[in-house]
Amino acid sequence: MNAPAYNFAYLDEQTKRMIRRAILKAIAIPGYQVPFASREMPMPYGWGTGGVQVTAAILGPADVLKVIDQGSDDTTNAISIRKFFAKTAGVATTTATDDATVIQTRHRIPETALHANQVLVYQVPIPEPLRFLEPRETETRRMHALAEYGLMHVKLYEDIARFGHIATAYAYPVKVNARYVMDPSPTPKFDNPKMDDCPALQLFGAGREKRIYAIPPYTKVVSLDFEDHPFEPYRFNAPCALCAAENSYLDEIVTDDKGSRMFVCSDTDYCESRQAAGHHGSLSAAPYKEKAGSHG
Amino acid sequence: MTTIAELPPGFADKVLSAQSTFRSVMDAMARPGSVQRIVPGAGPPDRMMRGTAAIALTLFDHDTPLWLDSRMAESPDLVKWLKFHTGAPVVQDSSIASFALISDGGALPPLERFALGTSEYPDRSTTLILQVDSLRSGRTFELRGPGIDGAATLQASIKPFDLFERLRVNEALFPRGIDVVLVADDAVVAIPRTTRVVSKGS
Repeated sequence: MNAPAYNFAYLDEQTKRMIRRAILKAIAIPGYQVPFASREMPMPYGWGTGGVQVTAAILGPADVLKVIDQGSDDTTNAISIRKFFAKTAGVATTTATDDATVIQTRHRIPETALHANQVLVYQVPIPEPLRFLEPRETETRRMHALAEYGLMHVKLYEDIARFGHIATAYAYPVKVNARYVMDPSPTPKFDNPKMDDCPALQLFGAGREKRIYAIPPYTKVVSLDFEDHPFEPYRFNAPCALCAAENSYLDEIVTDDKGSRMFVCSDTDYCESRQAAGHHGSLSAAPYKEKAGSHG
Repeated sequence: MTTIAELPPGFADKVLSAQSTFRSVMDAMARPGSVQRIVPGAGPPDRMMRGTAAIALTLFDHDTPLWLDSRMAESPDLVKWLKFHTGAPVVQDSSIASFALISDGGALPPLERFALGTSEYPDRSTTLILQVDSLRSGRTFELRGPGIDGAATLQASIKPFDLFERLRVNEALFPRGIDVVLVADDAVVAIPRTTRVVSKGS
């Protein structure tokens, strides 16, 4: 008798039902953090246990899964989660954003525009945007109930008073559907505009903090700002050294101990498909140059 | 008297059927007004549609108190089927129900008798699962809100006729409110509390 070692997608059915009910409520109340009975997962907190539970609850055999960590398909976290679901659910996996039906992400939104048949699942460490301003859950819950978000504006104002501009660069607070202030997870604020009016469903899972929240497709998502200090997405002022993209989010990579560095796309799939399409930056690796040469 | 062995069956494949049903309901909730199909069959008991039965098997368990309208509650086989397959407690007090199953929309109680959630916990509300005559033909409704690109059009034949007028309470109550899942045979349409509906007549 060879019973399978795990249920499909690892979680037991009762847990999936509980998570599924939380997801439905989260979609019905955009930006509101629905408490759920988060389970222990075979990976530590901080490695995406919330995102993994959400993915496990929605994933079916016909899905194609992509997992990214800081935009990259090739880092430890992304590879281990992708293998986890390839093993426990037997789903097809991909690195191509366009081909994926479910994309689990840590701290980035893909550069390629998402489409309506996709679900983006975020791994969230601290779901409560007000937590560092007010440590008591009873108080932050009351503040959300009353839509009392003055404290968040004070925090952004203090940034301006101290630095001359809003210095918050990631986990930049947004207001969803003109009601709930929400933490977009520690994505760079460069990605905030992609959440607005997005055709794909966006789900957020925080395992340690036991919260699930959502942004339905085509929902208004506004980054908080001031009239005289409007929201501005930040980006290094350089083209990608590998694919010459002018409009993608860049990682800074130190290349020696003498201060040399290069800027490359954080979204590896975007960068690779641009290189394959013939775009070359100043530091493109040799194989790509040879390929380009053989065509001409 | 029906014995357990004579009850209509649940899902043939519990795991994958529940997943597929959930995705249909999730897509319906994420895109209000869009008609989603529920593929997996579960032998529904009398007075319960295929879609409703699949949703019950997918979302109900011992953590979800159920409220049944009198037409459903009067069917011992239906109550027995729910109890055997889901284990969900059937309650008389609609204000503590996680889900309410309505087969006779004409007799839908006033919405304030259901749980509307609290300002602190708006998720502690009742989700109505309302069986309707058709989600393909009938009156035309225009829907707006999150999940909808501009406006969506729904053609449906629904009882009570004034359902969407009644759901206007959602506008004033938000974030508290009632989410509704409409079922016609194997078709589902969700109307979450954020959706605003304008009737466009026949």
